[in-house]
Amino acid sequence: MRFAVVQFPGSNDDRDMAFALKSVLGVDAELVWHRDPELPPTTRAVLLPGGFSYGDYLRCGAMARFSPIMAAVRRFADAGGLVLGTCNGFQVLCEAGLLPGVLRRNRGLHFVCETSCLRVDNAETSFTSRARAGQVLRIPIKHGEGAYYATAHEIETLEANDQVVLRYCEPDGSVTDAANPNGSLGNIAGIVNAAGNVFGLMPHPEHAVEAAIGGTDGALLLGSLIDAVESGERTLA
Amino acid sequence: MSAAEPSVDLALARAHGLADDEWERILEILGRTPSYSELGIFSVMWSEHCSYKSSKLHLKQLPTRAEFVLEGPGENAGAIAIGDGLAAVFKIESHNHPSFVEPKQGAATGVGGILRDIFTMGARPVASLDSIRFGPLDDARHRHLLAGVVEGIGSYGNCVGVATVGGETGFHECYRGNILVNAFNVGIVDADRIFRATASGVGNPVIYAGSKTGRDGIHGASLLASAEFDEESDAKRPTVQVGDPFTEKCLIEACLELMRTDSIVGIQDMGAAGLTCSSFEMASRGGTGIEMNLDRVPRRAAGMTPYELLLSESQERMLLVARDGEEERVCEVFHRWGLDAMVVGRVTADGRMRIHSDGEEVVDIPVDPVAASSPELDRPAREPAELRERQKLDPTSVAPEEDPEAALEALLDTPELGSKAWIWRQYDQLVQGNTVLGPGGDAALVRVKREDGTPTRKALALSVDCNPRFCFLDPRTGTLAAVAEAARNVACTGARPMALTNCLNFGNPEKPEIMWQLREAIRALGEAAEALGTPVVSGNVSLYNETLGVPIHPTPTVAMVGLLDDWERHAVSHFTAPDLAVVLLGETREELGGSLWLARRRGLEQGAPPAVDLPAELRLQRLLARGVAEGLITSAHDVSEGGLAVALAECCITGPERLGAEIELADRLRPDALLFGESTGRVVAAGADAAALLAAAEAGGVPARAIGRTGGDRLRIGDGRGDAWIDAGLARLHRLWSNALPRRLAEPGEGA
Repeated sequence: MRFAVVQFPGSNDDRDMAFALKSVLGVDAELVWHRDPELPPTTRAVLLPGGFSYGDYLRCGAMARFSPIMAAVRRFADAGGLVLGTCNGFQVLCEAGLLPGVLRRNRGLHFVCETSCLRVDNAETSFTSRARAGQVLRIPIKHGEGAYYATAHEIETLEANDQVVLRYCEPDGSVTDAANPNGSLGNIAGIVNAAGNVFGLMPHPEHAVEAAIGGTDGALLLGSLIDAVESGERTLA
Repeated sequence: MSAAEPSVDLALARAHGLADDEWERILEILGRTPSYSELGIFSVMWSEHCSYKSSKLHLKQLPTRAEFVLEGPGENAGAIAIGDGLAAVFKIESHNHPSFVEPKQGAATGVGGILRDIFTMGARPVASLDSIRFGPLDDARHRHLLAGVVEGIGSYGNCVGVATVGGETGFHECYRGNILVNAFNVGIVDADRIFRATASGVGNPVIYAGSKTGRDGIHGASLLASAEFDEESDAKRPTVQVGDPFTEKCLIEACLELMRTDSIVGIQDMGAAGLTCSSFEMASRGGTGIEMNLDRVPRRAAGMTPYELLLSESQERMLLVARDGEEERVCEVFHRWGLDAMVVGRVTADGRMRIHSDGEEVVDIPVDPVAASSPELDRPAREPAELRERQKLDPTSVAPEEDPEAALEALLDTPELGSKAWIWRQYDQLVQGNTVLGPGGDAALVRVKREDGTPTRKALALSVDCNPRFCFLDPRTGTLAAVAEAARNVACTGARPMALTNCLNFGNPEKPEIMWQLREAIRALGEAAEALGTPVVSGNVSLYNETLGVPIHPTPTVAMVGLLDDWERHAVSHFTAPDLAVVLLGETREELGGSLWLARRRGLEQGAPPAVDLPAELRLQRLLARGVAEGLITSAHDVSEGGLAVALAECCITGPERLGAEIELADRLRPDALLFGESTGRVVAAGADAAALLAAAEAGGVPARAIGRTGGDRLRIGDGRGDAWIDAGLARLHRLWSNALPRRLAEPGEGA
């Protein structure tokens, strides 16, 4: 297996992520149980899916980061492995300290499910190579706690290093407060770590891979990850 | 018997909501005075909520069979074959009383309960709808109730990972003292792997799984759901349960995993009346008995009595009968998902429910008289005295609409017709990745996948409908209209309406006028289901929806499931492209009775509701399926509340991009009836080839007329003589429509 989709109790988009990778994009993807101490040895990328791990009755992702599999994910990431967390997966990555910042309650206090416009601010990452810089992607969001927050210093660092990959924007690409669905600082929708191998985003690329069900812009992000895995394998070979 | 238990007599039986003759019957069945626990069991099992005693007799008339029906009423949910070896399992259920007492948890547990009905059958729940009704939003309490119910539905459905893909929201004075929350779910299962709630195989273990049992929800079914509200109702808040969607999610996965094995014989969720109802129903269906030891029931609180353990309505619990010897394997799966699982009893051959606690036998009751042979009443019914008067409407006494454009604007700005985006934005509409059409259109469309994730070409079309104003004026016609509209909505996507489930929300059946409404509605439900070929495969009856003697309008909510053979070939409800022909299908009559226009612009809730012509309805629905399949129809939108003018405006403003239309409506009818009357059986269709569509309509026996073309950024409705009744910019209409709910809830809406 090359693409490992971690299944926490309460994960909801786990099967959808596996479906997008396997049935739509045609790569080898499987679910990995959260209590497994190790990732399968053939793992080339890890995906932390959306949902409500452990019910998220505490802070979102705060319990999941203690799952045995997360130690293995951390080792995988530290060794340069590619990790992508969507929605609850992004929250878990932040709670685990693999990405800076936290996701707070949406400023409108309601859960929000809608198609969001996202501007690609960095198309040079392993997760965005199939997109153009400045391109506007239409990918759904669905979360109650997606307001990205980090200290002024952390934000400054993210901006200086081009780690802000996606921002909520208007259909024309302009970044406005009206286009910000949850109150994220700087309209931040997705970030990578400094090494560029860990990516977290609130939107759901796995729900935008089929033309008649949510469109195909999500396939640009997942496809970029597939490209990165395949080029990594070529380099290894 | 425990010393702390009260002594059982007629007075205590009455306090449990039992009638005097029911008390006599209990003494007869047992041949002795019941124990306190036994009294509790009889009171819940014979409550209106569990026994359907007032409606059973009448529900028997409903058409429930067809070649494709795999499971009709009587099981946890209905099931129909949808091809590819798969079945759709669905049901709608009410959670009205709990939601009025505690809106968030009441609505949340309503969703949880209906989901359990679906996965109990072995099906993975894939999509939910909700039909919710409130009092006027100028009442702060109803703003609170709306917000709470929506939060409850969202918090449960989102967390449990089942998409909420549609529904309906209504507002009316009659719900001020009693809101309605009806939750629908549909699941998918291999047609040959449907599970039944039966306890068979003498000696097989009875296993309790899921949440621990607490003191929550005791007597929810008997005292809360089976009685009217009064000034004391707030004191009933402890009878409302608290939902835990995370546990439910784990329960779904564990149960579905087990159902792929051969370990399970039967399974039933512990819903209303908890452990009592589930064990009695399973034994009754299996023709067996059950012996159970309450000491083994996982519990949340210390010192719980047998009475409490038997009647608790703690959520997220299941009762399973496994094959003998499979106990460990079954419990291991639940434990892996972090859930309690415990063998609490065995299936017996003696047809009795024998329950032990702390070394004593606390219950010994024959199963059948309690479950299968519960009371069946033929309550007196009488047409309400004022009904005929209410149905009278002299059209000449109704002042003609002086400003049709202002009327259209006013109607789009009502909470009834305004955008519900504020509500459904709070629901995960996408999870499981099958939502072809989400909320906001005539019907939702959900692609069908197999349990292993393999997609099929098929999709289910889902709609839930009722017009309570029609039902109030004439329960029979109103119910016919509800079935017809639900089927028409499904047909607007191009799908064939297949089967329906219903939730009959009525007042106190002990009043002959209410009983008459219920009987009329059930008769009409059967008539319409028969005529449209859509059998009734499941349902729920919610009575006693009154406060201080004031009943709700009769509200027979109908949820229709349709089947589309190719999910990529469907119509949408909004206009999709400029320069398409707009065709009105169906016949417009001079029918203003019961219309929203009459209620809102003239303050009258009066007249006969529009007639329902079922054969014409069937012809229209067949034409829609054919028109969509052949590509003649790219958009189709049902004409319902607000009439033709509102339907046309919705076609223009509800899509991802606004698109106008130029319409001419020359007609002999009075203009307000033409624009705002609610004649049934009509659809606004759009397609590239008007001639081909009109020819198809003629061949299909459907009246049709080309009324205009799409294009521009205005909706112009001309009177056919050179003048326009309505000529409105879409931006303004869209803003009014979008802000109808947010502005009343003081929430952010669409800016200027």
